[in-house]
Formats: sequence, C-alpha cells, structure tokens
Amino acid sequence: MSSSTLPLLFINLGGEMLYILDQRLRAQNIPADKAKKVMNDIITTMFNKKFLEELFKPQELYSKKALRTVFDRLAHASIMRLNQASMDKLYDLMTMAFKYQVLLCPRPKDILLVSFNHMDAIKDFVKDTPSILSQVDETYQQLIEMYTPLSSGEFQLIRQTLLIFFQDMHIRVSIFLKDKVQNSNGRFVLPTSGPVPYGTQVPGLIRVFSCAGEEVSRLQFTNGGNYTAALREGSFEIFGDRVTKLGTNMYSVSRPVETHMSGTSKNSAQHTKVNTAPNPLAKEELNLLAKLMGGLEVQKTGNADSGFRVNLFATDEEEQEALISRPDELSYGVINIQATKDQQANAELAKIMGEFTESGDQSPCSSSKGDDLLAMMDGL
Amino acid sequence: MYHKEKSIQIKNSASSLYNNLSVQRIAPRHLTYFTVVHANVVNMVSASWDGLNYSHRQLQSKEPNVATSTSLIMQAAFCVLPSRDLLVVTSQKGIQMYESDGSIMVYWHALDTPETPTAQAIFGRGISAVGQNYICVGVSSGSILVFDVPSKGSNITLSEVLEEHNESITDLASECSGSQECIADLVSADDGGNLYVWKSGEEFQILNKIAGFDMTCSSVKLWKGTVVAGYGTGQIRIYEAVTGILHAEITAHARWIYSLDIAPFSGLLLSAAEDSLVRVWHLTLTPETNSVEVAHLHNECVTDTQICGAKFCDGDGYAFAVTGYDLSEIIRYTQT
Repeated sequence: MSSSTLPLLFINLGGEMLYILDQRLRAQNIPADKAKKVMNDIITTMFNKKFLEELFKPQELYSKKALRTVFDRLAHASIMRLNQASMDKLYDLMTMAFKYQVLLCPRPKDILLVSFNHMDAIKDFVKDTPSILSQVDETYQQLIEMYTPLSSGEFQLIRQTLLIFFQDMHIRVSIFLKDKVQNSNGRFVLPTSGPVPYGTQVPGLIRVFSCAGEEVSRLQFTNGGNYTAALREGSFEIFGDRVTKLGTNMYSVSRPVETHMSGTSKNSAQHTKVNTAPNPLAKEELNLLAKLMGGLEVQKTGNADSGFRVNLFATDEEEQEALISRPDELSYGVINIQATKDQQANAELAKIMGEFTESGDQSPCSSSKGDDLLAMMDGL
Repeated sequence: MYHKEKSIQIKNSASSLYNNLSVQRIAPRHLTYFTVVHANVVNMVSASWDGLNYSHRQLQSKEPNVATSTSLIMQAAFCVLPSRDLLVVTSQKGIQMYESDGSIMVYWHALDTPETPTAQAIFGRGISAVGQNYICVGVSSGSILVFDVPSKGSNITLSEVLEEHNESITDLASECSGSQECIADLVSADDGGNLYVWKSGEEFQILNKIAGFDMTCSSVKLWKGTVVAGYGTGQIRIYEAVTGILHAEITAHARWIYSLDIAPFSGLLLSAAEDSLVRVWHLTLTPETNSVEVAHLHNECVTDTQICGAKFCDGDGYAFAVTGYDLSEIIRYTQT
C-alpha cells in the first residue's frame, strides 16, 4: 500500500508515548530534573537525524513486532526503565490512541493535522532546549515537504494502510471508556452528529439539472444524523491553529492510564497475523530495523544511581499480575530489553547489527542467515 | 422498507478498502457467493438460499513460483462474462484470476514492481468484466489493463493497456442494464475524480472524458448510459455518459463514500460511506426528455462502523449486503 506511511505512524505513536510517560513521571513524583532528562533524551533520540532519514525513505510499513522493537528501544533511550508488563501496556495505550485518532479523522488529510498536534506538544516539551528544538523544527519541514503536496486520495491510501496495521485491535482503554468514546466491546463510538469534514456539505439535498445546466428541482431528504456545517480548516504550517483536538494530550495527573485485558479473548478467533515469522522476508525487515537502530544511540547510563523504574500500573503487584495474565494472542513477541539484562542485550544487538553491515548483501544462503538472526533475536 | 436479516460470519474482519464486497448469484445452484478482503486474504463464503448451508474458503495473494510473499490485496470482484465467470483479485504484486468458486487460479499477471520502493505506490485496483470477452483492471499508475478472456481455459492474454488517466485508478464499471443499445460500455474513475467513458473492442475507444474536481471518485456505476459516481466529499453525481451532462448532484453522505451499487432491473441505487450509513435511492430515467429523477427511499445505520462494501444481492434490489472495517460479518437486509 502507501510507502509514505511510516513517518506518520512513528511520529504519532511517539507523541502518544511521550504524553503517557509525562503523565506517569508526574504521577510517580519523579524529581523534575530527572523527568525532564528522560523526556529530553527520548525526544533527542526520536528526532535523530540519521534515524529520521531512514524513516522518511519510501518503504512498506513494518510489522507490529518490528515497530514494537523500535519503541522498546526508544523508551529505554534514557535513565528510565520499564518492566515488560509496563512496556506492553504503554504500547497498547499508544496504539489504541492513534487508532482512535485515525478512525475519527473527518478527512484523511486531517491525519497530518493530528501529526502536527503531536509535534506541537513535543516542541513544547523541549522549548527550553534549543538544540533539540532545532531538530524538531527540521522535522516539521520534512513533514510539510513530504505530505502537503499529496492528494486526498493519496492520504486516504495512507489512512487505509494505517487501518490495516490497526486491524482487529480492540483493547479497552479506561480513559476512552469513561469519556464514552469507546464501547465496552472495545469498539470506538462513531457519532452520526457534529460538524461535517471541511469540504463536505451537510447531507440532505438532491439537486436536478436541465441539459443546459440550470437547476430544475431541489429535494430534501432525512439524513438520519444530526450534522452541522464544517468548521474552518486547520493550519498545515509550522505554526497555526490545528482546529482538531485529535492528537492533543488527553492525559493529566488525575486521569489514570488503565487498560482492561479481560474480554479481549473473544476476538482471538478473528486475529489474523498478517506478518508471521519465520519468513524469509522478515530478513529484509531486520535489515531495515538494524539500519534504523544504528541511528538510535542509547544514552550511556553513567551513574547507576540516576536510573529509575517507571510503572504504568498503580502498584508493583498489579504490574506483576498483568505480566502473568496477559492473553497469549496479545503478546507482541519481541525482543525484551529488560532492566537487568540491558547491558548484555545491547551487546548482542550491537553484534547482530555489526554482523549485518559487515556481510552486507544478498547471497543464495542469506535466507537461512535471516532465520538464524530471527532465532537470535527471539532468544534475547 | 428493508429489515435486517441474520448476518453471515466471516473468518476475518473486512479491511478498509473501496468496494470491499463482491456478490455473485448462482441461480441454478441456489447459492450466492460473497467475497470480502482482509489484508492479504480474500474471504469467500458460499451461502445457500435457504440459509442452511455456508461454506468458507480463503485465498491468499501468493504469486506462483515465489516461496512467500506478503502482498496486500486491494480488491476482489466477480466478473461475469457470457461464456464464463471468474473471480479477479488485485494486489500490490499483480492480478490473479480464479474460477469463480475460488478453486483454481487460471491466470496471473505481475505488475512491474521496482527493487526498492518508490514514493508512488504500486497496486491494481478497479475490476470489471466488459463486453463479450474482456476483463479490465486498473493500476495505481493510471493505466487500465485489458485482458482478452477465451470462453474456457487459461489462455488469457493482455490485449491492450489504456493510458489515459494520470492518477491512480479507483474503480471501473461496465454497462449493467443488459441493453444492447448503449454505446458506452465501460467507465473508469481515478483519484482526481476524473471519469473516462469507453467503448470496448479490439481497440478500446474513448467516448468522453468528464473532468474531476480534485477529489477522489471512489466508486462508479454505469446504467442505461448514465454514470453514477460517489466521491470522497460524500457527494454523488449523476452524469450522462457520452455527453458528460450533469443530471443530478446529491449531498448524500457526511463522510467518504466507499461503495455504490445499482440493481439494474428496478433502478434502485445503493450508497454506503464511512459515516456508518447505507442509503437506498431510486433512479428514473426518461430518455424522451433526457432527464433523470432521484428519490431517496431508505436509510440504514450500521452503528459505530465505517462501511467499506455494499452490494445488492439480486438484480431487483430485493436484498443487499454490507461490510464494515473491523467487522467480521456480512450484514444482510431484505425488503419487508
């Protein structure tokens, strides 16, 4: 499908991740200087020039597994640590939030406005740090350059590609349930009321014309909804009012971030894994991943004492429980870069990447090498 | 006017793709076939008319001679020709044609895909049987491939490539009234909303071009020389095919239209969009005055669902079926 989807997926998911981490850092009363360091480190890594260069190249979307690996890495770009259960929950929240935004976008082109909302918030997180700020500004330019020339049909193709990525995900998010934007079966509420998208008229009129082009009759019909006229168009420039609220920060210290695991097993029968490993094509994906990861330089933890763990759950016991009770079909099956093994895991990963760049290219037995690599990564 | 019937469960949920439902009625065997696309799989269901028997089959977008591939499918549609029926499936890699029960693949056409991906996506989209022996398939580049299909066997050949559209093809439709009098027998639509009207033959001829207004036409039908087109703005426009005269304009939906269908014997029109609504209209054509009348008859709301496919199950429009993104069922409605 669209080969221009990955940057939007990454930036929006990254934005959601930052909203959630910011909320958790505050909820856990992490000292302001440490919290700021974490946010700055992650944002610096996210907007690393080499990394973004790779990201913006035309390419197919990564599998869920591969993308999750990238975010695992990103979340650990600083002194903060997350246990697997917390990382799983973080990823669930990020993906469901962006799925919601993509579905509710009035026009496909509005996905770009959602992306700008995330970018605007990220810019605000780093407004005191000029070096990171300039990286963020450059990324605005790249987004504008790449996406503003696209037609509405091309945006719809991007949206359809994203919807395939999010297909069949119905994890219930507490904040969505409370706000009544998600039903108890995990499906989002799609209202048949409110403003129509920019460029669309409120439905209800049939106009008939003569062969000469004059209107000869107008008939109205009941549209079955409660629509109002479109709002003004949001801004597609570096600065401006985006108009849409989709993509803005919906969390605050008082609104907790919970997900419900139960009840989702009903959907397991319909859970088709589109990209199942092992698969020789995954080797290509690993190639790309290795190149991307090469750009994700992990912060060296100079002082062991400065590191701390963030919990996405209310208590450690809850986190433990969540790890044990997570349904199989919802496991992401990725490399687990866990706190204690991080040094070793980094070494392994570095070795893999080194191996890859050394040997470099396609040889007849490269498919078996791909299998080995997958096995190695799974074993970490 | 219509009431909901028992839904048909399918093995996977429908993906958000234009015209993501195809229906074929097999009258002699009292069966109806349905196809719904999910990512790289086509879900086929064969349903008996008495509602007692359902059988399922899944087709994957695998090219022959290649070990594995994950190629996303853009569309699957039944093509009914006088001599035979085929099921055509388009994907990012190429075009597959199967016997209409999905049992055997009879033809494969690869699309030119470059080594490294380019900014322009590559895929096939837009499928229609045309005339006596042609099947036309649209491509993301704007080309339309015309295949010549013999009355049996797999000796299908690429007869012509029509290079008129500059934007990605979204949908193709052939004249469905069964009337021999219509000159135009194919209409093609693209991402810019441009419509081309064709006459089929050894060399296809352009009869007319109807310019778009920079908005995707996602679904198009051709009936009694009249083009009915649905757009991303939620509008439906009705044109006279050969002259391009705009007969009517309807502000039909609050979101992107994903599917249109016409019941050729009754003139019923079905429209479905991401706004969760399916609407039934009636078209009356008066050739003497060259006028069209449009009446709105019925609405169905599929709560919390972005509809991606809607088709009548028979030529009179007595029943219709609907699919939606993330929904693992085919919802059916019949006239009360």
